[in-house]
Amino acid sequence: MKLIKKELKPLKKLRGGIHLDHHKNSENAETIVMPAPEMVYIPMSQHIGAHASSCVKKGDKVYVGTVIGEASGFVSAPVHSSVSGEVEDIIVKNIGGRDTDVAVIKSDGEMTIDPELKPFTVRKVADLTEAAKRCGLVGLGGAGFPAGVKLSLPDGVKIDTLVVNGAECEPYITSDNRELIENSKDVVEGVYLIKKIMKIDKAVIGIESNKPGAIENINELVKNHKEYDGSITVMRLPSTYPQGAEKAIIYSATGRKMPGGALPSAVGCIVMNVTSIGTLYRFIKTGMPLVRKRITIDGTAVSEPKNVSVCIGTPIKDVIDFVGGVDENADRIIMGGPMMGAPVASEDVVVEKRNNAILIMKEREKRTTTNCIRCGRCAAACPMHLYPQQVESAYNAGLKDRFSEMNVNYCMECGSCAYVCPAKRPLTEVMRIAKQTLRGKK
Amino acid sequence: MQNKLSVSTSPHIRHFDTTRGIMLDVIIALLPATVFGFVIFGWRAVLHVAICVAACLLCEFLWNVILKKPQSIGDLSAAVTGLILGLNMPTGAPFWIDIIGSVAAIIVVKQMFGGLGHNFINPAMGARIILLVSFPSFMTSFTEPLVHTVSSATPIALESTAPVSYKTLFFGMHPGAVGEVSAFLLLVGGLYLVARKVISPIIPVCFIGVTAGLTYIAGGDGLYAILSGGVMLGAIFMATDYVTSPTTKWGKAIFGIGCGIITFVIRQFGSLPEGVSYAIILMNILTPHINTLTAQKPFGYVKEGKKDE
Repeated sequence: MKLIKKELKPLKKLRGGIHLDHHKNSENAETIVMPAPEMVYIPMSQHIGAHASSCVKKGDKVYVGTVIGEASGFVSAPVHSSVSGEVEDIIVKNIGGRDTDVAVIKSDGEMTIDPELKPFTVRKVADLTEAAKRCGLVGLGGAGFPAGVKLSLPDGVKIDTLVVNGAECEPYITSDNRELIENSKDVVEGVYLIKKIMKIDKAVIGIESNKPGAIENINELVKNHKEYDGSITVMRLPSTYPQGAEKAIIYSATGRKMPGGALPSAVGCIVMNVTSIGTLYRFIKTGMPLVRKRITIDGTAVSEPKNVSVCIGTPIKDVIDFVGGVDENADRIIMGGPMMGAPVASEDVVVEKRNNAILIMKEREKRTTTNCIRCGRCAAACPMHLYPQQVESAYNAGLKDRFSEMNVNYCMECGSCAYVCPAKRPLTEVMRIAKQTLRGKK
Repeated sequence: MQNKLSVSTSPHIRHFDTTRGIMLDVIIALLPATVFGFVIFGWRAVLHVAICVAACLLCEFLWNVILKKPQSIGDLSAAVTGLILGLNMPTGAPFWIDIIGSVAAIIVVKQMFGGLGHNFINPAMGARIILLVSFPSFMTSFTEPLVHTVSSATPIALESTAPVSYKTLFFGMHPGAVGEVSAFLLLVGGLYLVARKVISPIIPVCFIGVTAGLTYIAGGDGLYAILSGGVMLGAIFMATDYVTSPTTKWGKAIFGIGCGIITFVIRQFGSLPEGVSYAIILMNILTPHINTLTAQKPFGYVKEGKKDE
């Protein structure tokens, strides 16, 4: 292992960021497959961009993998049924502030696979982007950007590095870690395939040092692959937060700084999450689109952390019941990690493509907010090297016109500033508001 | 549980450090030097510190009550100010001076500028200077340790005539203010703060190093210059005050070096025997400019005009 440490060193380490308690309690919890729930509620918007338009109606018979929503517009992704059964209704629900069509499907419990699903042959780039589109693949690290769009590069853009993101820097979550252990072959084959088809010179698989098992496993597979020529490397990233952020992992893997407001292609990179690559490879092999997702269930109110493979559209209530219900001390539920995850107001919320964890937390200690004592910890922690405290005081003073010169648009809302603040000031919240204010102005 | 889910914005976890915890760490770090001061200077030292702490807390409490502001004595920042002020008192000074100093520190220097985090100079330091210029005779007559007789001056003022041995200076068996005498125990406190990551060592190291270095270059005794007088207390506990010192690494270095240079210049060329307080105050005033000068650029920063290239 010592040798590996040296050999797999990252090129650069981003200044800033924070050290968190990892709480990777479920890292060795093998994925349990949760049977189909009675009902699934599949939203037509589980990605960034235009909602899919639902193409089934009440009473339609669907199978696992049947298209129920078609991509509409360029930045969009199709949606598939995750169970076999009958469409009960198409309802309109407010999700994240936007009205969205939701297909309600009653499962017949059979989980019959759509007979029309068949393996997909990939010979050229167009085939690959088509596969990513048909798979309904979106950025599974949490961003939810349609993968088909990411892979269709505009003319003249040259990519030389495929950065494979297995950092998984949020505490508790081990979904990607399990993908790297249980489906490591899919990931490695997928990396080789994408690199070959897209004619990318190099690929770097970045995994945080707190996942030694995954690093060893993937390193072995990469090196023993029949097409191994040294152009695909595994990198052991420092376990600091937010190592898995696009800009941070590109910097570590290539030493290149992504300019503010640009896409990874500006520095010759494409970044893909490990589970995204595994899912895409499985679609190419079997024709099965993205209908299930591995979810880590953990948190301070969970006694037995687990990884569960869940049908997309399953209400989290059913998932929680499946793992044995909640602690009576449970106070809040978070979709995603504790740093960037979204709070959940009711247990009716369903599992979406981009979700990777459900955290159930106990009530936390009450925090007293004091005046800012100018310790500078927020600025030191900011991976984008901003001054959250100055933004907050400008916000409190109503100086909205200063947001632009303070470069608030560089903020990725990682939460590091608010995490370290000893005065417990709502820094990330204010950064978020400042970004929205700035965006609204333009 | 369906009906009682709490909702809050991310991040959902926070580091355990609090303002109160940081202030408590500073108090813990000052305790060895404080207790040592009590032992060698006797009950008058105890009373000075007690009066300063109590008066500072009372001032903060009353200010909040009268102005109907949320009570802030719990953050312990007023207690730290009181403690540092008490440690800067010569044992022989009358006790009513402590109260004037506390009012000056909390009401004038801190609260009138907006309270914690908004004062532009260190409250204890500001108060000490107000006392120094108002009551120079009280503030510069120090007591001999253990025997408690009034001595004329501190070792720094005696350097040319009757220097004290390094060992005496290092452990603190010489005249001085309540908490400034033992360089050793102040260093212990400083190491504790560095180990707890409350302060960065940059300011104290630059401050102490530059003072010693310049004194040596000018033909003086560099070690004597930092062991006698208020350099240790000032560099470790007052120059590192978050509110009034720069936040960036380079800013801290500039600040520490500046403090060292001013201390040296005042001692060498000025008519005052001691320059630490003035050095810190002057650099406090420059802090916003140092912060601007050494500001970090955003990661991957592109200038507005260059974006289209």
